[in-house]
Amino acid sequence: MLFKRFLSSVTRTDVQHFTKILSPPSVLSTLQNAPSAELDIYNNDWMGKYKGSSTTVLKPKTTQQVSEIVKWCNERRIGIVPQGGNTGLVGGSVPVNDEVVISLQNMNSVRSFDPVSGILVADAGCVLQALTDHIASHDHIMPLDLGAKGSCQIGGNVSTNAGGLRLLRYGSLHGSVLGIEAVLPDGTILDQLSTLRKDNTGYDLKQLFIGAEGTLGIVTAVSILTPPAPEASNNVILALPHFNNVLPLYMEVKRQLSEILSAFEYMDRTAYDLAVKHGQGRALADDEIEGAECFVLVETSGGKREHDEEKLETLLSTLLSASNPLITTGVMAQSPAQFSSMWALREGITEAVSKEGKAYKYDISIPLSKFKECVDATREQLRSKGLLGDGDGMVKAVIGYGHVGDGNLHLNVIATRYTQEIQDALEPFVYEFTASHRGSISAEHGIGLMKTHALQYSKSDVSITWMKKIKALFDPNGIMNPGKVLE
Amino acid sequence: MHPSSARLLNILVPVKRAVDYAVKIRVNPQQTGIDLNVKHSMNPFDEIAVEEAVRIRERLSKGSEPVTITALTIGPAKSIETLRTALAMGADSAVHVEIPESAPAPEPLGVAKAIKAVIEKQKEKEGVDMVILGKQAIDDDLGQTGQMLASLLGWGQATFASKVELDLDAKNATVTREIDGGLEQVRVKFPMVITTDLRLNEPRYASLPNIMKAKKKPVTKLTPTDLGVSLEPQMEVIKVVEPPKRVGGSKVESVDELVEKLKTAGFTAV
Ligand SMILES: Cc1cc2nc3c(=O)[nH]c(=O)nc-3n(C[C@H](O)[C@H](O)[C@H](O)COP(=O)(O)OP(=O)(O)OC[C@H]3O[C@@H](n4cnc5c(N)ncnc54)[C@H](O)[C@@H]3O)c2cc1C
Repeated sequence: MLFKRFLSSVTRTDVQHFTKILSPPSVLSTLQNAPSAELDIYNNDWMGKYKGSSTTVLKPKTTQQVSEIVKWCNERRIGIVPQGGNTGLVGGSVPVNDEVVISLQNMNSVRSFDPVSGILVADAGCVLQALTDHIASHDHIMPLDLGAKGSCQIGGNVSTNAGGLRLLRYGSLHGSVLGIEAVLPDGTILDQLSTLRKDNTGYDLKQLFIGAEGTLGIVTAVSILTPPAPEASNNVILALPHFNNVLPLYMEVKRQLSEILSAFEYMDRTAYDLAVKHGQGRALADDEIEGAECFVLVETSGGKREHDEEKLETLLSTLLSASNPLITTGVMAQSPAQFSSMWALREGITEAVSKEGKAYKYDISIPLSKFKECVDATREQLRSKGLLGDGDGMVKAVIGYGHVGDGNLHLNVIATRYTQEIQDALEPFVYEFTASHRGSISAEHGIGLMKTHALQYSKSDVSITWMKKIKALFDPNGIMNPGKVLE
Repeated sequence: MHPSSARLLNILVPVKRAVDYAVKIRVNPQQTGIDLNVKHSMNPFDEIAVEEAVRIRERLSKGSEPVTITALTIGPAKSIETLRTALAMGADSAVHVEIPESAPAPEPLGVAKAIKAVIEKQKEKEGVDMVILGKQAIDDDLGQTGQMLASLLGWGQATFASKVELDLDAKNATVTREIDGGLEQVRVKFPMVITTDLRLNEPRYASLPNIMKAKKKPVTKLTPTDLGVSLEPQMEVIKVVEPPKRVGGSKVESVDELVEKLKTAGFTAV
């Protein structure tokens, strides 16, 4: 219980002090007449699962302001929750109690972009979509893309080490982030905003902030390497008769498409049907996909359209004409509109799930061959406890989808509401399943509040001990995002 | 081709290759046009036209394929891709009236004359009963081709269709049209011209087996000379400019400030 230190609540005097640092509209506090409803969006997480009771939200505009706020909070032992777009899926972005929320939303300027190197330097509060649009005019793309791009911020992406839909092609943020500016828990500004691709000068501190989930400090700016926009992109959705075909298909697709393959995404039939039900992208024709057990979305990105199309078409005709075909059918985008519509089917699953009910989300890394077994075993587990079916407090659906190319399965259990019984049926069941296949209990969403107790399934005691030492070194008073990542 | 005795209906669907609607349009530095070196796809209204033709066939034919669908495009060599898309969606054959890459974009009257000439050529084999085409192309927004074609042919027309019902025995179509402030139903005898509105249907994806099949479907190549028509424009584009840049909004700190700003901007209470 290293970090369950006593933390202070924000007082009226604190708020007065904050208004000296920030302009009045940047301070939102119920201690200063703000209706508590106005703080709801900061206190509740995206899934409606976690709820904090913060009285005060601060929206600094500069790194200097962040530094002064943090310094004050550290002296006063006030807990801080750094908040980006609040789209995190593990309860990391909302307070556990009444910590002060520091929202980065007003730090949203692009500091520089170099079209020659593709290096972008931006404030942490820049929304991923805004950055994507900004560099699109210079024919570059962000190295990451995810369903939450319209709300999530680059600072949040870096803090969760978000993976997403392009990881297969452009790698993780540990590679593409070149530098970080952060405010440490005592208010010190750490300027590591390097724009160098190579810099071997001792410990690489910025790596610690990538995936730290706001527990080591507040990221205020990011320098990131962006790749040139591909000249040509294409996508297809393939319908498979059995899950068993996914792996052979992946191997064949990799072999034939090689360098132009940019995404290989999996969704099982239930996930697909949910996306269609909730209007996420146009569906394939019903009669054509009758009996399909799962789907794969393949994306290609390359430098020359004719070349890419030829490769893709050769692949598709081998697939269709094989004596024992791996796919039953599929569709291929004929226009950018269809390209987006097909992506929407896959990207829209997260949103469809939240429209369908309350979701227990497990985001795990396991061997590809275990994806279906994991979903089936979980469904069986719920059935055996009598928790699967229609009616209040029951689980409506268990779905699997995810980034096959990265070995990352999203296992979602959708219930009419959150209940302790369902929770107990799922945990530690899912974590044990994952651990038994030497997987990771959090492939890309992080630990947040949701998985602190389960960290030991993926990290050894030695690792956890050293993580705690690092936390204590940076944040001896335990004010930074208390209760998150480490218990 | 199909024996004419068995046929119920022949549909011709003219389609245009246009700059895709998702592409950000850039005016060229000379201000004579736009940058065309971008992604093109089938004009969305034409996609709806192809879809409608395929749905008509699905409704009418139970295996015997008595409805034939011919896609037609007038455009440079690359327009063949647009025809392949139409073929993959379900057209049986295609006609490509090819013009040089450098040729100016044809205008509605020229296009209508070319379509008419194709129809007359087809008459030698089997006539066309119905032309379904987009109400406009999203690149030039001229929106006249369907109407001009109907006049040149002396056929009836139902424009801006949002619903099409056929009566094969009576040889006519009842078409619901989108008009200002409501809907209008018209009945038109075959042969006829229909132009499509957005709500008519939602076009399907091209399935992989159909994309493969489309590669083997026949495409007849013709030139404007073969058809005896001229596609020389009669209109001269003088200048193309970008719309004025939008000025971003700004936040005000109080109601008073807002009122003040509205006043200076010239807004008054009514
Ligand atoms: C529809 C949808 C799809 C998603 N798809 C994916 C996906 O494909 N892959 C994936 O990896 N994730 C995905 N996510 C979850 C993902 O983690 C978040 O969307 C995103 O990376 C978080 O960014 P954010 O700005 O919303 O951060 P928040 O949710 O606000 O915060 C997340 C965590 O980071 C911390 N934090 C935020 N900003 C800062 C900062 N400036 N400095 C320090 N700490 C900070 C917070 O304290 C919190 O612990 C998805 C979420 C949704 C809702």
